[in-house]
Amino acid sequence: MSAPAMGTTKTAPNDGSHKKKKGPGTLATAYLVIYNVVMTAGWLVIAVGLVRAYLARGSYHGLYYSIEKPLKFFQTGALLEILHCAVGIVPSSVVLTGFQVMSRVFLTWAVTHSVREVQSEDSVLLFVVAWTITEIIRYSFYTFSLLNHLPYLIKWARYTFFIVLYPMGVTGELLTIYAALPYVQKTGLYSVTLPNKYNFSFDYYTFLILTMVSYIPLFPQLYFHMLRQRKKVLGHVEEYTKVE
Amino acid sequence: RLKKERERETDRERQREGRNMDTLALEKAVVFFEVEILDAKTKDKLCFLDKVRPTSTKLCAACYPQWYPARQSIRLDPKGKSLKDEDVLQHLPVGTTATFYFRDLGAQISWVTVFLTEYAGPLLIYLMFYFRVPFIYPPKYDFTTSKHWVVHLACMCHSFHYVKRLLETLFVHRFSHGTMPLRNIFKNCTYYWGFAAWMAYYINHPLYTPPTYGEQQVKMALIIFLFCQIGNFSIHIALRNLRPPGSKTRKIPYPTKNPFTWIFLLVSCPNYTYELGSWLGFTLMTQCLPVAFFTLVGFIQMTVWAKAKHRSYLKEFRDYPPLRSPILPFVL
Repeated sequence: MSAPAMGTTKTAPNDGSHKKKKGPGTLATAYLVIYNVVMTAGWLVIAVGLVRAYLARGSYHGLYYSIEKPLKFFQTGALLEILHCAVGIVPSSVVLTGFQVMSRVFLTWAVTHSVREVQSEDSVLLFVVAWTITEIIRYSFYTFSLLNHLPYLIKWARYTFFIVLYPMGVTGELLTIYAALPYVQKTGLYSVTLPNKYNFSFDYYTFLILTMVSYIPLFPQLYFHMLRQRKKVLGHVEEYTKVE
Repeated sequence: RLKKERERETDRERQREGRNMDTLALEKAVVFFEVEILDAKTKDKLCFLDKVRPTSTKLCAACYPQWYPARQSIRLDPKGKSLKDEDVLQHLPVGTTATFYFRDLGAQISWVTVFLTEYAGPLLIYLMFYFRVPFIYPPKYDFTTSKHWVVHLACMCHSFHYVKRLLETLFVHRFSHGTMPLRNIFKNCTYYWGFAAWMAYYINHPLYTPPTYGEQQVKMALIIFLFCQIGNFSIHIALRNLRPPGSKTRKIPYPTKNPFTWIFLLVSCPNYTYELGSWLGFTLMTQCLPVAFFTLVGFIQMTVWAKAKHRSYLKEFRDYPPLRSPILPFVL
Protein backbone atom coordinates (compact mmCIF):
# COMPACT_ATOMS: atom_id res chain seq x y z
CA MET A 1 0.00 0.00 0.00
CA SER A 2 1.67 3.20 -1.11
CA ALA A 3 -0.85 5.79 0.09
CA PRO A 4 -1.97 6.76 3.59
CA ALA A 5 -4.93 4.68 4.64
CA MET A 6 -8.41 5.95 4.00
CA GLY A 7 -11.17 5.89 6.57
CA THR A 8 -12.28 2.64 5.01
CA THR A 9 -10.24 0.40 2.77
CA LYS A 10 -11.10 -1.94 -0.04
CA THR A 11 -10.17 -5.12 1.70
CA ALA A 12 -9.36 -4.61 5.39
CA PRO A 13 -12.16 -4.07 7.92
CA ASN A 14 -12.43 -0.90 10.05
CA ASP A 15 -13.28 -2.80 13.21
CA GLY A 16 -10.61 -3.13 15.82
CA SER A 17 -8.32 -0.49 14.37
CA HIS A 18 -7.46 2.21 16.86
CA LYS A 19 -4.88 3.98 14.71
CA LYS A 20 -5.67 7.47 13.50
CA LYS A 21 -6.12 7.23 9.72
CA LYS A 22 -5.68 10.18 7.40
CA GLY A 23 -8.66 10.37 5.07
CA PRO A 24 -8.39 11.41 1.42
CA GLY A 25 -9.75 14.88 2.18
CA THR A 26 -13.30 16.12 1.71
CA LEU A 27 -12.85 17.17 -1.93
CA ALA A 28 -11.35 13.83 -2.88
CA THR A 29 -14.06 11.99 -0.96
CA ALA A 30 -16.77 13.94 -2.75
CA TYR A 31 -15.15 13.18 -6.12
CA LEU A 32 -14.83 9.47 -5.26
CA VAL A 33 -18.46 9.28 -4.14
CA ILE A 34 -19.55 10.79 -7.44
CA TYR A 35 -17.24 8.46 -9.37
CA ASN A 36 -18.54 5.36 -7.61
CA VAL A 37 -22.19 6.42 -7.92
CA VAL A 38 -21.74 7.03 -11.66
CA MET A 39 -20.08 3.65 -12.10
CA THR A 40 -22.82 1.90 -10.12
CA ALA A 41 -25.41 3.59 -12.29
CA GLY A 42 -23.52 2.70 -15.45
CA TRP A 43 -23.36 -1.00 -14.66
CA LEU A 44 -27.04 -0.91 -13.66
CA VAL A 45 -27.77 0.47 -17.11
CA ILE A 46 -25.90 -2.48 -18.60
CA ALA A 47 -27.82 -4.89 -16.35
CA VAL A 48 -31.16 -3.40 -17.33
CA GLY A 49 -30.12 -3.41 -20.98
CA LEU A 50 -29.32 -7.12 -20.81
CA VAL A 51 -32.64 -7.98 -19.16
CA ARG A 52 -34.69 -5.91 -21.61
CA ALA A 53 -32.90 -7.34 -24.62
CA TYR A 54 -33.41 -10.86 -23.33
CA LEU A 55 -37.11 -10.28 -22.77
CA ALA A 56 -37.47 -8.69 -26.20
CA ARG A 57 -35.59 -11.40 -28.13
CA GLY A 58 -36.53 -14.38 -26.02
CA SER A 59 -33.04 -15.90 -26.21
CA TYR A 60 -29.57 -15.50 -24.73
CA HIS A 61 -27.99 -15.22 -28.15
CA GLY A 62 -26.33 -12.02 -29.30
CA LEU A 63 -27.16 -9.90 -26.22
CA TYR A 64 -23.68 -8.37 -26.43
CA TYR A 65 -24.79 -5.99 -29.17
CA SER A 66 -27.49 -4.44 -27.00
CA ILE A 67 -25.03 -3.29 -24.34
CA GLU A 68 -21.85 -2.96 -26.39
CA LYS A 69 -21.50 0.81 -26.06
CA PRO A 70 -22.16 1.25 -22.31
CA LEU A 71 -19.97 -1.79 -21.60
CA LYS A 72 -17.06 -0.27 -23.48
CA PHE A 73 -17.62 3.14 -21.90
CA PHE A 74 -17.89 2.08 -18.28
CA GLN A 75 -15.29 -0.68 -18.38
CA THR A 76 -12.78 1.69 -19.98
CA GLY A 77 -13.73 4.37 -17.44
CA ALA A 78 -12.36 2.06 -14.76
CA LEU A 79 -8.88 3.11 -15.92
CA LEU A 80 -9.41 6.15 -13.71
CA GLU A 81 -9.06 3.84 -10.73
CA ILE A 82 -5.38 3.40 -11.55
CA LEU A 83 -5.03 7.16 -11.39
CA HIS A 84 -6.81 7.23 -8.02
CA CYS A 85 -4.22 4.83 -6.59
CA ALA A 86 -1.31 6.68 -8.17
CA VAL A 87 -2.46 10.02 -6.76
CA GLY A 88 -3.11 8.44 -3.37
CA ILE A 89 -6.79 9.06 -2.78
CA VAL A 90 -7.38 5.32 -2.80
CA PRO A 91 -5.11 3.14 -0.65
CA SER A 92 -4.57 0.30 -3.07
CA SER A 93 -1.47 -0.71 -4.95
CA VAL A 94 -1.14 0.88 -8.38
CA VAL A 95 0.37 -2.29 -9.79
CA LEU A 96 -2.41 -4.58 -8.56
CA THR A 97 -5.21 -2.26 -9.63
CA GLY A 98 -3.49 -1.60 -12.94
CA PHE A 99 -3.21 -5.28 -13.60
CA GLN A 100 -6.88 -5.94 -12.82
CA VAL A 101 -8.24 -3.05 -14.86
CA MET A 102 -5.91 -3.68 -17.81
CA SER A 103 -6.99 -7.32 -18.02
CA ARG A 104 -10.63 -6.22 -18.24
CA VAL A 105 -9.87 -3.54 -20.81
CA PHE A 106 -7.81 -6.05 -22.77
CA LEU A 107 -10.72 -8.46 -22.96
CA THR A 108 -13.19 -5.73 -23.90
CA TRP A 109 -11.13 -4.11 -26.66
CA ALA A 110 -8.33 -6.40 -27.78
CA VAL A 111 -10.44 -9.55 -27.89
CA THR A 112 -14.19 -8.93 -28.01
CA HIS A 113 -14.17 -5.68 -29.97
CA SER A 114 -11.30 -6.62 -32.28
CA VAL A 115 -12.48 -10.09 -33.29
CA ARG A 116 -16.02 -9.55 -34.60
CA GLU A 117 -16.72 -13.24 -35.06
CA VAL A 118 -16.48 -13.77 -31.33
CA GLN A 119 -19.17 -11.24 -30.41
CA SER A 120 -22.06 -13.59 -30.96
CA GLU A 121 -20.55 -16.31 -28.75
CA ASP A 122 -22.40 -17.27 -25.58
CA SER A 123 -19.14 -17.12 -23.62
CA VAL A 124 -19.22 -13.34 -24.01
CA LEU A 125 -22.56 -13.23 -22.20
CA LEU A 126 -21.08 -15.38 -19.45
CA PHE A 127 -18.36 -12.91 -18.53
CA VAL A 128 -20.50 -9.81 -19.19
CA VAL A 129 -23.10 -11.01 -16.69
CA ALA A 130 -20.41 -11.91 -14.17
CA TRP A 131 -18.74 -8.51 -14.55
CA THR A 132 -22.07 -6.64 -14.37
CA ILE A 133 -23.23 -8.18 -11.10
CA THR A 134 -19.75 -7.92 -9.57
CA GLU A 135 -19.31 -4.27 -10.51
CA ILE A 136 -22.73 -3.19 -9.30
CA ILE A 137 -21.99 -4.68 -5.88
CA ARG A 138 -18.38 -3.44 -5.83
CA TYR A 139 -19.12 0.18 -6.72
CA SER A 140 -22.06 0.43 -4.34
CA PHE A 141 -19.81 -1.06 -1.65
CA TYR A 142 -17.29 1.75 -2.20
CA THR A 143 -20.01 4.39 -2.31
CA PHE A 144 -21.46 3.33 1.02
CA SER A 145 -18.03 2.87 2.58
CA LEU A 146 -17.04 6.40 1.64
CA LEU A 147 -20.23 7.69 3.24
CA ASN A 148 -19.54 5.53 6.31
CA HIS A 149 -22.89 3.86 6.04
CA LEU A 150 -22.15 0.40 4.75
CA PRO A 151 -25.17 -1.92 4.97
CA TYR A 152 -24.13 -5.39 6.03
CA LEU A 153 -25.99 -6.83 3.05
CA ILE A 154 -23.68 -5.07 0.59
CA LYS A 155 -20.59 -6.12 2.50
CA TRP A 156 -21.86 -9.69 2.61
CA ALA A 157 -22.70 -9.64 -1.08
CA ARG A 158 -19.28 -8.30 -2.00
CA TYR A 159 -17.49 -11.03 -0.13
CA THR A 160 -19.85 -13.84 -1.09
CA PHE A 161 -21.05 -13.47 -4.67
CA PHE A 162 -17.51 -13.71 -6.00
CA ILE A 163 -17.48 -17.38 -5.03
CA VAL A 164 -19.70 -18.08 -8.03
CA LEU A 165 -19.13 -14.99 -10.17
CA TYR A 166 -15.36 -15.18 -10.27
CA PRO A 167 -15.12 -18.69 -11.76
CA MET A 168 -18.05 -17.83 -14.03
CA GLY A 169 -16.28 -14.76 -15.36
CA VAL A 170 -12.98 -16.57 -15.82
CA THR A 171 -14.72 -19.36 -17.75
CA GLY A 172 -16.40 -16.83 -20.02
CA GLU A 173 -13.14 -15.00 -20.61
CA LEU A 174 -11.14 -18.12 -21.40
CA LEU A 175 -13.78 -19.50 -23.76
CA THR A 176 -13.94 -16.17 -25.57
CA ILE A 177 -10.18 -15.98 -26.04
CA TYR A 178 -10.18 -19.58 -27.22
CA ALA A 179 -12.94 -18.79 -29.73
CA ALA A 180 -10.92 -15.87 -31.08
CA LEU A 181 -7.79 -17.93 -31.76
CA PRO A 182 -8.58 -19.30 -35.24
CA TYR A 183 -9.54 -15.88 -36.57
CA VAL A 184 -6.43 -14.27 -35.16
CA GLN A 185 -4.26 -16.92 -36.74
CA LYS A 186 -5.99 -16.64 -40.09
CA THR A 187 -5.88 -12.85 -40.37
CA GLY A 188 -2.59 -12.23 -38.52
CA LEU A 189 -4.37 -9.67 -36.35
CA TYR A 190 -2.03 -7.33 -34.38
CA SER A 191 0.96 -9.38 -35.53
CA VAL A 192 4.27 -8.15 -36.90
CA THR A 193 6.60 -10.36 -38.92
CA LEU A 194 10.24 -10.20 -39.98
CA PRO A 195 11.90 -8.66 -41.85
CA ASN A 196 11.22 -5.05 -40.85
CA LYS A 197 13.45 -2.10 -40.10
CA TYR A 198 12.95 -2.31 -36.31
CA ASN A 199 13.95 -5.96 -36.17
CA PHE A 200 10.96 -6.92 -34.09
CA SER A 201 8.23 -9.51 -34.34
CA PHE A 202 5.05 -10.21 -32.43
CA ASP A 203 2.63 -13.08 -32.81
CA TYR A 204 -0.73 -12.18 -31.29
CA TYR A 205 -1.92 -15.78 -31.60
CA THR A 206 0.91 -17.04 -29.38
CA PHE A 207 0.37 -14.08 -27.07
CA LEU A 208 -3.29 -15.05 -26.57
CA ILE A 209 -2.33 -18.65 -25.82
CA LEU A 210 0.22 -17.44 -23.23
CA THR A 211 -2.48 -15.19 -21.74
CA MET A 212 -4.77 -18.18 -21.34
CA VAL A 213 -1.96 -20.17 -19.73
CA SER A 214 -1.28 -17.34 -17.29
CA TYR A 215 -4.76 -17.81 -15.82
CA ILE A 216 -3.56 -21.12 -14.35
CA PRO A 217 -1.22 -19.65 -11.74
CA LEU A 218 -3.06 -16.35 -11.32
CA PHE A 219 -6.69 -17.34 -10.86
CA PRO A 220 -6.22 -19.66 -7.83
CA GLN A 221 -4.06 -17.07 -6.07
CA LEU A 222 -6.61 -14.29 -6.49
CA TYR A 223 -9.51 -16.60 -5.63
CA PHE A 224 -7.96 -17.86 -2.41
CA HIS A 225 -6.96 -14.35 -1.48
CA MET A 226 -10.62 -13.31 -1.74
CA LEU A 227 -11.64 -16.35 0.32
CA ARG A 228 -9.17 -15.37 3.02
CA GLN A 229 -10.44 -11.78 2.93
CA ARG A 230 -13.96 -13.12 3.31
CA LYS A 231 -13.04 -15.01 6.43
CA LYS A 232 -11.34 -11.96 7.86
CA VAL A 233 -14.11 -9.47 7.05
CA LEU A 234 -17.20 -11.58 7.63
CA GLY A 235 -15.64 -13.73 10.32
CA HIS A 236 -15.23 -10.77 12.70
CA VAL A 237 -18.94 -10.03 12.79
CA GLU A 238 -19.72 -13.59 13.78
CA GLU A 239 -17.28 -13.30 16.68
CA TYR A 240 -18.85 -10.12 17.92
CA THR A 241 -22.35 -11.60 17.86
CA LYS A 242 -21.08 -14.61 19.76
CA VAL A 243 -19.57 -12.38 22.45
CA GLU A 244 -22.78 -10.42 22.84
CA ARG B 1 76.54 -5.45 40.72
CA LEU B 2 74.33 -7.81 42.71
CA LYS B 3 72.48 -4.78 43.97
CA LYS B 4 71.87 -3.57 40.41
CA GLU B 5 70.67 -7.00 39.40
CA ARG B 6 68.27 -7.13 42.31
CA GLU B 7 67.08 -3.63 41.45
CA ARG B 8 66.48 -4.71 37.86
CA GLU B 9 64.63 -7.76 39.07
CA THR B 10 62.36 -5.77 41.34
CA ASP B 11 61.83 -3.34 38.50
CA ARG B 12 60.79 -6.17 36.26
CA GLU B 13 58.57 -7.63 38.94
CA ARG B 14 56.96 -4.28 39.48
CA GLN B 15 56.45 -3.94 35.75
CA ARG B 16 54.80 -7.33 35.63
CA GLU B 17 52.71 -6.51 38.65
CA GLY B 18 51.87 -3.20 37.09
CA ARG B 19 50.64 -4.97 33.99
CA ASN B 20 48.66 -7.41 36.10
CA MET B 21 47.19 -4.52 38.01
CA ASP B 22 46.28 -2.92 34.70
CA THR B 23 44.53 -6.01 33.41
CA LEU B 24 42.76 -6.46 36.72
CA ALA B 25 41.62 -2.89 36.50
CA LEU B 26 40.45 -3.49 32.92
CA GLU B 27 38.59 -6.61 33.99
CA LYS B 28 36.85 -4.62 36.68
CA ALA B 29 36.12 -1.80 34.25
CA VAL B 30 34.51 -4.14 31.73
CA VAL B 31 30.82 -4.23 32.29
CA PHE B 32 29.37 -7.49 31.23
CA PHE B 33 26.07 -7.40 29.45
CA GLU B 34 23.15 -9.71 29.70
CA VAL B 35 21.50 -10.18 26.39
CA GLU B 36 18.15 -11.69 25.64
CA ILE B 37 17.02 -12.18 22.08
CA LEU B 38 13.36 -12.33 21.13
CA ASP B 39 11.71 -13.19 17.85
CA ALA B 40 10.58 -9.95 16.23
CA LYS B 41 7.19 -11.36 15.17
CA THR B 42 6.16 -13.74 17.93
CA LYS B 43 8.18 -12.16 20.79
CA ASP B 44 9.19 -15.65 21.88
CA LYS B 45 12.42 -15.78 23.83
CA LEU B 46 14.98 -17.34 21.50
CA CYS B 47 18.05 -17.24 23.65
CA PHE B 48 19.55 -15.65 26.69
CA LEU B 49 23.23 -14.88 27.00
CA ASP B 50 24.88 -13.66 30.14
CA LYS B 51 28.39 -12.35 30.57
CA VAL B 52 28.57 -10.93 27.09
CA ARG B 53 31.55 -8.74 26.37
CA PRO B 54 30.73 -5.32 24.97
CA THR B 55 31.84 -6.35 21.47
CA SER B 56 29.93 -6.76 18.23
CA THR B 57 26.48 -8.19 17.77
CA LYS B 58 25.80 -11.32 15.67
CA LEU B 59 25.52 -13.46 18.72
CA CYS B 60 22.93 -16.01 17.88
CA ALA B 61 25.07 -18.37 15.82
CA ALA B 62 25.82 -20.28 19.00
CA CYS B 63 22.20 -20.97 19.93
CA TYR B 64 20.69 -21.64 16.52
CA PRO B 65 23.39 -22.72 14.08
CA GLN B 66 21.07 -22.97 11.08
CA TRP B 67 20.70 -19.20 11.16
CA TYR B 68 24.19 -18.30 10.03
CA PRO B 69 25.14 -14.69 10.70
CA ALA B 70 24.45 -13.43 7.18
CA ARG B 71 20.76 -14.20 7.52
CA GLN B 72 20.35 -12.73 10.98
CA SER B 73 18.76 -9.37 11.39
CA ILE B 74 19.07 -8.09 14.92
CA ARG B 75 17.39 -4.88 15.94
CA LEU B 76 16.54 -2.84 18.98
CA ASP B 77 12.92 -2.46 17.99
CA PRO B 78 10.84 -5.19 16.31
CA LYS B 79 9.86 -2.82 13.53
CA GLY B 80 13.06 -0.83 13.43
CA LYS B 81 16.16 -0.99 11.30
CA SER B 82 18.62 -3.80 11.53
CA LEU B 83 21.83 -3.27 13.49
CA LYS B 84 25.08 -3.43 11.57
CA ASP B 85 27.90 -5.94 11.97
CA GLU B 86 30.14 -3.19 13.30
CA ASP B 87 27.77 -2.06 16.03
CA VAL B 88 29.14 -2.54 19.52
CA LEU B 89 27.04 -3.34 22.59
CA GLN B 90 28.71 -0.61 24.59
CA HIS B 91 27.65 2.10 22.20
CA LEU B 92 24.04 1.07 21.84
CA PRO B 93 21.29 2.76 23.82
CA VAL B 94 20.68 -0.26 26.04
CA GLY B 95 21.13 -0.93 29.72
CA THR B 96 23.26 -3.77 31.01
CA THR B 97 20.38 -6.10 30.32
CA ALA B 98 19.76 -5.69 26.62
CA THR B 99 16.77 -6.97 24.70
CA PHE B 100 17.16 -7.52 20.98
CA TYR B 101 14.71 -8.64 18.38
CA PHE B 102 15.69 -11.24 15.85
CA ARG B 103 14.46 -11.65 12.34
CA ASP B 104 15.40 -14.39 9.91
CA LEU B 105 16.26 -12.80 6.58
CA GLY B 106 15.85 -16.07 4.75
CA ALA B 107 18.43 -18.00 2.80
CA GLN B 108 21.22 -15.72 1.62
CA ILE B 109 23.58 -15.74 -1.31
CA SER B 110 26.69 -13.66 -1.84
CA TRP B 111 26.59 -10.65 -4.14
CA VAL B 112 29.62 -11.90 -6.04
CA THR B 113 27.93 -15.22 -6.82
CA VAL B 114 24.79 -13.46 -8.04
CA PHE B 115 26.69 -11.03 -10.25
CA LEU B 116 28.86 -13.71 -11.81
CA THR B 117 25.86 -15.91 -12.60
CA GLU B 118 23.66 -13.15 -13.95
CA TYR B 119 26.44 -11.80 -16.22
CA ALA B 120 27.85 -15.09 -17.45
CA GLY B 121 24.41 -16.02 -18.80
CA PRO B 122 24.00 -13.16 -21.31
CA LEU B 123 27.57 -13.61 -22.48
CA LEU B 124 27.07 -17.26 -23.36
CA ILE B 125 23.45 -16.99 -24.52
CA TYR B 126 24.19 -14.21 -26.99
CA LEU B 127 27.06 -16.24 -28.44
CA MET B 128 24.75 -19.21 -28.92
CA PHE B 129 22.48 -17.04 -31.07
CA TYR B 130 25.44 -15.43 -32.84
CA PHE B 131 26.83 -18.82 -33.89
CA ARG B 132 23.30 -19.93 -34.79
CA VAL B 133 23.31 -23.03 -32.70
CA PRO B 134 20.61 -25.55 -33.90
CA PHE B 135 16.91 -25.34 -32.89
CA ILE B 136 16.80 -21.54 -32.81
CA TYR B 137 16.49 -20.62 -36.49
CA PRO B 138 15.38 -22.77 -39.46
CA PRO B 139 17.83 -25.71 -39.89
CA LYS B 140 19.32 -24.42 -43.13
CA TYR B 141 20.90 -21.55 -41.13
CA ASP B 142 22.56 -23.76 -38.47
CA PHE B 143 26.11 -22.66 -37.73
CA THR B 144 26.06 -20.02 -40.47
CA THR B 145 27.13 -16.43 -39.83
CA SER B 146 25.33 -13.22 -40.66
CA LYS B 147 26.33 -11.41 -43.83
CA HIS B 148 26.02 -8.00 -42.14
CA TRP B 149 29.22 -6.64 -40.56
CA VAL B 150 27.19 -4.69 -37.95
CA VAL B 151 26.05 -8.03 -36.54
CA HIS B 152 29.67 -9.05 -35.90
CA LEU B 153 30.37 -5.66 -34.34
CA ALA B 154 27.29 -5.95 -32.13
CA CYS B 155 28.43 -9.37 -30.90
CA MET B 156 31.84 -7.96 -30.02
CA CYS B 157 30.32 -5.01 -28.16
CA HIS B 158 27.81 -7.13 -26.25
CA SER B 159 30.44 -9.68 -25.29
CA PHE B 160 32.92 -6.99 -24.32
CA HIS B 161 30.29 -5.38 -22.10
CA TYR B 162 29.62 -8.55 -20.13
CA VAL B 163 33.27 -9.59 -19.90
CA LYS B 164 33.96 -6.14 -18.49
CA ARG B 165 31.17 -6.63 -15.93
CA LEU B 166 32.50 -10.03 -14.89
CA LEU B 167 36.03 -8.69 -14.44
CA GLU B 168 34.76 -5.70 -12.49
CA THR B 169 32.84 -8.01 -10.19
CA LEU B 170 35.96 -10.02 -9.50
CA PHE B 171 38.54 -7.23 -9.27
CA VAL B 172 37.02 -3.80 -8.97
CA HIS B 173 33.83 -3.60 -6.94
CA ARG B 174 33.92 -3.36 -3.15
CA PHE B 175 30.55 -4.53 -1.85
CA SER B 176 28.89 -3.03 1.25
CA HIS B 177 26.80 -6.07 1.91
CA GLY B 178 28.12 -9.59 1.68
CA THR B 179 24.83 -11.21 0.79
CA MET B 180 21.34 -10.77 -0.60
CA PRO B 181 18.22 -12.97 -0.35
CA LEU B 182 18.48 -16.18 -2.34
CA ARG B 183 15.33 -15.56 -4.38
CA ASN B 184 17.06 -12.56 -6.00
CA ILE B 185 19.26 -14.80 -8.09
CA PHE B 186 16.22 -16.31 -9.82
CA LYS B 187 14.63 -12.93 -10.39
CA ASN B 188 17.83 -11.32 -11.67
CA CYS B 189 18.85 -14.18 -13.90
CA THR B 190 15.40 -14.33 -15.48
CA TYR B 191 15.72 -10.64 -16.29
CA TYR B 192 19.26 -10.67 -17.70
CA TRP B 193 19.14 -14.04 -19.43
CA GLY B 194 15.63 -13.48 -20.79
CA PHE B 195 16.40 -10.10 -22.31
CA ALA B 196 19.73 -11.30 -23.68
CA ALA B 197 17.99 -14.15 -25.50
CA TRP B 198 15.25 -11.86 -26.81
CA MET B 199 17.72 -9.28 -28.17
CA ALA B 200 20.17 -11.83 -29.54
CA TYR B 201 17.39 -13.65 -31.38
CA TYR B 202 16.61 -10.64 -33.55
CA ILE B 203 20.08 -9.23 -34.04
CA ASN B 204 21.44 -12.58 -35.22
CA HIS B 205 18.33 -13.53 -37.20
CA PRO B 206 18.80 -14.46 -40.86
CA LEU B 207 16.17 -11.80 -41.71
CA TYR B 208 17.89 -9.07 -39.69
CA THR B 209 17.68 -5.59 -41.29
CA PRO B 210 20.77 -3.37 -40.75
CA PRO B 211 20.34 0.24 -39.57
CA THR B 212 18.62 2.69 -41.92
CA TYR B 213 21.52 5.15 -42.08
CA GLY B 214 24.11 2.44 -42.58
CA GLU B 215 27.78 2.94 -41.79
CA GLN B 216 27.28 6.48 -40.50
CA GLN B 217 24.78 5.34 -37.91
CA VAL B 218 26.82 2.35 -36.79
CA LYS B 219 30.03 4.39 -36.45
CA MET B 220 28.29 7.05 -34.37
CA ALA B 221 26.71 4.36 -32.21
CA LEU B 222 30.06 2.66 -31.67
CA ILE B 223 31.67 5.91 -30.55
CA ILE B 224 28.87 6.52 -28.05
CA PHE B 225 29.10 2.93 -26.81
CA LEU B 226 32.86 2.97 -26.30
CA PHE B 227 32.84 6.42 -24.71
CA CYS B 228 30.24 5.28 -22.18
CA GLN B 229 32.00 1.97 -21.49
CA ILE B 230 35.20 3.85 -20.62
CA GLY B 231 33.16 6.34 -18.60
CA ASN B 232 31.37 3.59 -16.68
CA PHE B 233 34.68 1.88 -15.94
CA SER B 234 36.24 5.16 -14.78
CA ILE B 235 33.41 5.70 -12.33
CA HIS B 236 33.76 2.18 -10.96
CA ILE B 237 37.46 2.76 -10.35
CA ALA B 238 36.79 6.13 -8.73
CA LEU B 239 34.19 4.60 -6.41
CA ARG B 240 36.56 1.76 -5.54
CA ASN B 241 39.27 4.21 -4.60
CA LEU B 242 36.94 5.96 -2.18
CA ARG B 243 37.00 2.92 0.01
CA PRO B 244 40.13 1.28 1.45
CA PRO B 245 40.24 -2.54 1.04
CA GLY B 246 38.07 -4.46 3.50
CA SER B 247 36.37 -1.36 4.85
CA LYS B 248 32.79 -0.25 4.51
CA THR B 249 33.28 3.48 4.82
CA ARG B 250 31.14 5.82 2.80
CA LYS B 251 32.38 9.09 1.35
CA ILE B 252 31.12 11.63 -1.13
CA PRO B 253 32.56 10.86 -4.56
CA TYR B 254 34.28 13.77 -6.32
CA PRO B 255 35.74 14.33 -9.81
CA THR B 256 39.33 13.07 -10.18
CA LYS B 257 42.02 13.82 -12.75
CA ASN B 258 40.23 11.47 -15.16
CA PRO B 259 37.92 13.63 -17.37
CA PHE B 260 35.36 10.84 -17.44
CA THR B 261 34.76 11.45 -13.74
CA TRP B 262 34.07 15.16 -14.14
CA ILE B 263 30.42 14.22 -14.54
CA PHE B 264 30.39 13.82 -10.73
CA LEU B 265 29.92 17.60 -10.70
CA LEU B 266 26.43 17.16 -12.11
CA VAL B 267 25.33 13.65 -11.18
CA SER B 268 25.30 11.43 -8.06
CA CYS B 269 25.36 8.09 -9.87
CA PRO B 270 27.24 8.62 -13.14
CA ASN B 271 27.88 4.89 -13.44
CA TYR B 272 24.17 4.56 -14.25
CA THR B 273 24.30 7.54 -16.59
CA TYR B 274 27.12 5.94 -18.58
CA GLU B 275 25.35 2.59 -18.53
CA LEU B 276 22.28 4.19 -20.07
CA GLY B 277 24.49 5.81 -22.67
CA SER B 278 26.12 2.49 -23.55
CA TRP B 279 22.78 0.83 -24.16
CA LEU B 280 21.48 3.79 -26.15
CA GLY B 281 24.56 3.36 -28.30
CA PHE B 282 23.87 -0.33 -28.68
CA THR B 283 20.23 0.39 -29.60
CA LEU B 284 21.35 2.83 -32.26
CA MET B 285 23.92 0.37 -33.54
CA THR B 286 21.50 -2.53 -33.93
CA GLN B 287 18.30 -0.57 -34.59
CA CYS B 288 16.42 -3.30 -32.78
CA LEU B 289 13.22 -2.63 -30.82
CA PRO B 290 13.84 -5.30 -28.14
CA VAL B 291 17.17 -3.60 -27.39
CA ALA B 292 15.28 -0.31 -26.98
CA PHE B 293 12.90 -2.05 -24.54
CA PHE B 294 15.82 -3.44 -22.57
CA THR B 295 17.38 0.01 -22.43
CA LEU B 296 14.12 1.52 -21.23
CA VAL B 297 13.50 -1.04 -18.50
CA GLY B 298 17.11 -0.78 -17.33
CA PHE B 299 16.83 2.99 -17.27
CA ILE B 300 13.71 2.86 -15.12
CA GLN B 301 15.36 0.49 -12.63
CA MET B 302 18.58 2.50 -12.51
CA THR B 303 16.64 5.71 -11.95
CA VAL B 304 14.94 4.14 -8.95
CA TRP B 305 18.33 3.09 -7.58
CA ALA B 306 19.94 6.44 -8.35
CA LYS B 307 17.18 8.38 -6.59
CA ALA B 308 17.52 6.18 -3.50
CA LYS B 309 21.31 6.57 -3.46
CA HIS B 310 21.00 10.31 -3.96
CA ARG B 311 18.57 10.55 -1.06
CA SER B 312 20.86 8.55 1.20
CA TYR B 313 23.83 10.76 0.26
CA LEU B 314 21.79 13.85 1.16
CA LYS B 315 20.75 12.30 4.44
CA GLU B 316 24.23 11.19 5.41
CA PHE B 317 26.29 14.21 4.35
CA ARG B 318 25.36 17.74 5.38
CA ASP B 319 27.75 19.27 2.85
CA TYR B 320 26.57 17.27 -0.16
CA PRO B 321 26.98 19.32 -3.37
CA PRO B 322 23.57 20.81 -4.19
CA LEU B 323 24.08 20.99 -7.97
CA ARG B 324 23.96 17.22 -8.42
CA SER B 325 20.99 15.28 -9.81
CA PRO B 326 20.55 11.54 -9.24
CA ILE B 327 21.08 10.24 -12.79
CA LEU B 328 20.50 12.79 -15.57
CA PRO B 329 22.15 16.23 -15.24
CA PHE B 330 19.54 18.84 -14.24
CA VAL B 331 16.72 16.58 -15.33
CA LEU B 332 16.26 13.53 -13.15
